[in-house]
Amino acid sequence: MPVHILCLILLAIGLAGYFLGRRRALQVAGGNAKLLHSLPAYHGWHVALMATVPALLLLALWLIVQPIYLENRVTGHLPPEMAATPADVSLAMSDIRRLAAGLETAVDAGVLTEEEVRDPAADPAALAATLKPLGVALGTTPTPQVLAAAREYRTTAARLSVARAAAVLAVALIGLIAALRMARVDLWARNRVERAVLGLLILASSVAILTTIGIVWSMLSESLRFFQHYPMADFFFGLTWSPNFKGGSELGFLPLLWGTMYITVIALAVAVPLGLYAAIYLAEYADPRLRAWIKPMIEVIAGIPTVVYGLFALITVGPFLRDYFAQPLGLGNSGSSVLNAGIVIGILNVPFISSLADDIINAVPQSLRDGSLGLGATRSETIRKVVLPAALPGIMGAVLMAASRAIGETMIVVMGAGAAAKLSLNPLEAMTTMTVKIVGQLTGDTDFAAPETLVAFALGMTLFAITLALNVLAVWIVRKYREQYE
Amino acid sequence: MTDLAANAPAGGRASRSLLVPSARMRRRNSAERRFRSYGLIAIVVSLLSLAVMLSTIFRDGASSFWQARLEFPVTLDAAVLDPKGNADPAEMAKQTTVTYGKLLDQSFAAILAAGGIDASGLTDKEIGAMVSKAAPAQIRDRVLADPSLLGQTITVDVLAAGRIDGYLKGRVTRETAARDRNVSPAQLDLADRLVGAGLLAERWNWDFITGPDASDTRPESAGLGVALIGSVYMMLLVLVMCVPVGVAASIYLEEFAPKNGWTDLIEVNIANLAAVPSIVFGILGLAVFINFLQLPQSSSLVGALVISLMTLPTIIIATRSAVRAVPPSVRDAALGIGASKMQAVFHHVLPLAMPGILTGTILGLATALGETAPLLLIGMVAFVTNYPDAPPEGFLDPATALPVQVYNWASRSDPAFIERSNGAIIVLLVFLLAMNVSAILLRRKFERRW
Repeated sequence: MPVHILCLILLAIGLAGYFLGRRRALQVAGGNAKLLHSLPAYHGWHVALMATVPALLLLALWLIVQPIYLENRVTGHLPPEMAATPADVSLAMSDIRRLAAGLETAVDAGVLTEEEVRDPAADPAALAATLKPLGVALGTTPTPQVLAAAREYRTTAARLSVARAAAVLAVALIGLIAALRMARVDLWARNRVERAVLGLLILASSVAILTTIGIVWSMLSESLRFFQHYPMADFFFGLTWSPNFKGGSELGFLPLLWGTMYITVIALAVAVPLGLYAAIYLAEYADPRLRAWIKPMIEVIAGIPTVVYGLFALITVGPFLRDYFAQPLGLGNSGSSVLNAGIVIGILNVPFISSLADDIINAVPQSLRDGSLGLGATRSETIRKVVLPAALPGIMGAVLMAASRAIGETMIVVMGAGAAAKLSLNPLEAMTTMTVKIVGQLTGDTDFAAPETLVAFALGMTLFAITLALNVLAVWIVRKYREQYE
Repeated sequence: MTDLAANAPAGGRASRSLLVPSARMRRRNSAERRFRSYGLIAIVVSLLSLAVMLSTIFRDGASSFWQARLEFPVTLDAAVLDPKGNADPAEMAKQTTVTYGKLLDQSFAAILAAGGIDASGLTDKEIGAMVSKAAPAQIRDRVLADPSLLGQTITVDVLAAGRIDGYLKGRVTRETAARDRNVSPAQLDLADRLVGAGLLAERWNWDFITGPDASDTRPESAGLGVALIGSVYMMLLVLVMCVPVGVAASIYLEEFAPKNGWTDLIEVNIANLAAVPSIVFGILGLAVFINFLQLPQSSSLVGALVISLMTLPTIIIATRSAVRAVPPSVRDAALGIGASKMQAVFHHVLPLAMPGILTGTILGLATALGETAPLLLIGMVAFVTNYPDAPPEGFLDPATALPVQVYNWASRSDPAFIERSNGAIIVLLVFLLAMNVSAILLRRKFERRW
């Protein structure tokens, strides 16, 4: 039974439970709701929750465990030469899954009968030929072992699916009946429902923690696998990046780090002056009516998807830089360049810096300005010598956060910076970044056993660590140096 | 007084009026003006780059909503299309697009001859190449859907080839055509004559919005349909998965959470997740949802899961500020007349915070709609020409998303796809604008000062 139908049935059971529970509560109170400790609706909720929540939890658990169990069971039947390394196993498993899905399609389409699929003497080549017109493309003709495993996979999956539906529905019905039997005048249904709701709220707020665990776990485990294939020192201190799926790749991280940092520095060189001056003007000079117009307009910059900036870099800024700077100056003839990506990321980060700096400047108390102006300083002198020093920690924090965003930016560098990993000082040359390589190594046909694919996880881990460190540092600077004016 | 006069510094500064600025004061004042103008310049530069970007996109993209189409009569020869003569669709389906292509070419050549349009110097193949490669399939589908058309002469309205369209839009010129393998200047001359005869014209192109993507050789028929459906599916799923969880988490953290280590841990996690680069969520999706849980690649379900996790911090932050904005007096009043804490929150605080939550949700969804990088990693960049099925099964079918389609087209070699890419951005921006405007209107309508 498909999962969504199971969910719909659970929903229906819950709904029925609500009405049954309410009626039952009124029944035990002899129709007089005032005798009940909790309102009848809470009795309804009580039954509905008791029926659906344990069943849903069971279903979620089952959905996570079933693939693991299935895989273990099927790989147990594989001959040892096909299960020599984890890579072989995952390759065989994807064949088996594809074949099993193909058999399922064939049975659904009526091309094969259940008996024909189960027939152990069936010829794999003939089977593959039958499946082909159905759009089931098998890479090679399956070996008898794979066919047997696929049959095993299919029957086990079907059996598990029935067992899943049965178990979930049984739990739901047991919950429903148990809750109905609990109905009494003095049942504290409201308190029980509220405790359950509180539990759900806590569960929801723990999703954030689960996500972080998921991120760290997924990247750490794959990174460790990568470092089994490729020495850690060569990755972190290698000066050459030349992945080759045939083997003999050099996966040095430093050229990528250099490209990332170069682009980030250029982006900050664009974003910090523009953002900071814009914030100063808006906070200190602009009259409120102008400010009410300009501030949202600057924030529009941040609301436009990055892929739009990527296209802008690709077809407008890049060719412009090439035609008017790179070629006349003899510095190269590539449309994608570090400068191109840096400038566009810089523009994207202007509203980020300006709105943060605006808040920080506004938080500097007016008395400091008044004191400075009263001593005869001009407004710009007040800003430069009094307001900005007072706001400096906050502005540093904003700059660090902008740097972390620039480092993690993907679409603009993918479309504007190029793909060649180089250690060069020329800003008009194409270079590449960590994020570009993550996208590059993980899109298209990927083999999750090859170091050339796994390196993306190590890059992701490094990226995550760098951006996290920058953000923590930013928060720490802001906390540590924040002047307490009150 | 004499003391004061005696203490006045030498050099005549005291004798000057305050109304006449000294050289030093003039310098300070001009520094002031300079400083102020830097601020103005910074704002102008930022807004100007935004304006340049948007105007290039509209300039290059607006034309993708119009497409060159050819309109001419075609006689559907029953002897060719249905050799057995029994009008059985299964039999007729054996005639491939090649047959229809030949028929179309013949009809087109016949029209040129009948209309006295000079096509000398062009081979039959070149004349046939004026019509899009997508046209035969279009006619075939029409005939298979309605076999009674056999033998009739119908007027077909088919796409012209991409280069011809480019010529009418000014992208292809005679100079570029001379260097182009796919089009010749003579074909452009013929296009001019066809326009003169009223057979060829640029017309509004719904297929750009509703049609599926097309391969590299047929830019003229590439459309956004699959990407739009994928984006809509994803936003629906994000709404269903992310908003309840986000609102529940915010209510817990604002109203119930005790001050302890667990709560602090949650808070730190939310703050950090909001700053994690989006591509990292793509890696998470690839490792957990695709490799571990074996969910289908390129499906809108996986895309929505990844985007939900990414959007969750945004929604939590917006919801928390909306919940915090409800004054404590509301809670106190509810508690005072005997409501439980849960009742006070769900019956009073939450409804009052709803407009703020809604606004935050719409803005969060608008950001989510434009997200591209994580979707590349979970395979949504694939070339998909089949529309996904209706939900719920359709959530597992391969799909693309609007911003990914922008990237996909931008990375193809034919310049006609750059126009499409810009056009897709226009569609994307229209959606974002609609969402943002509705958020602003909602805020205006329900804004409450306590």
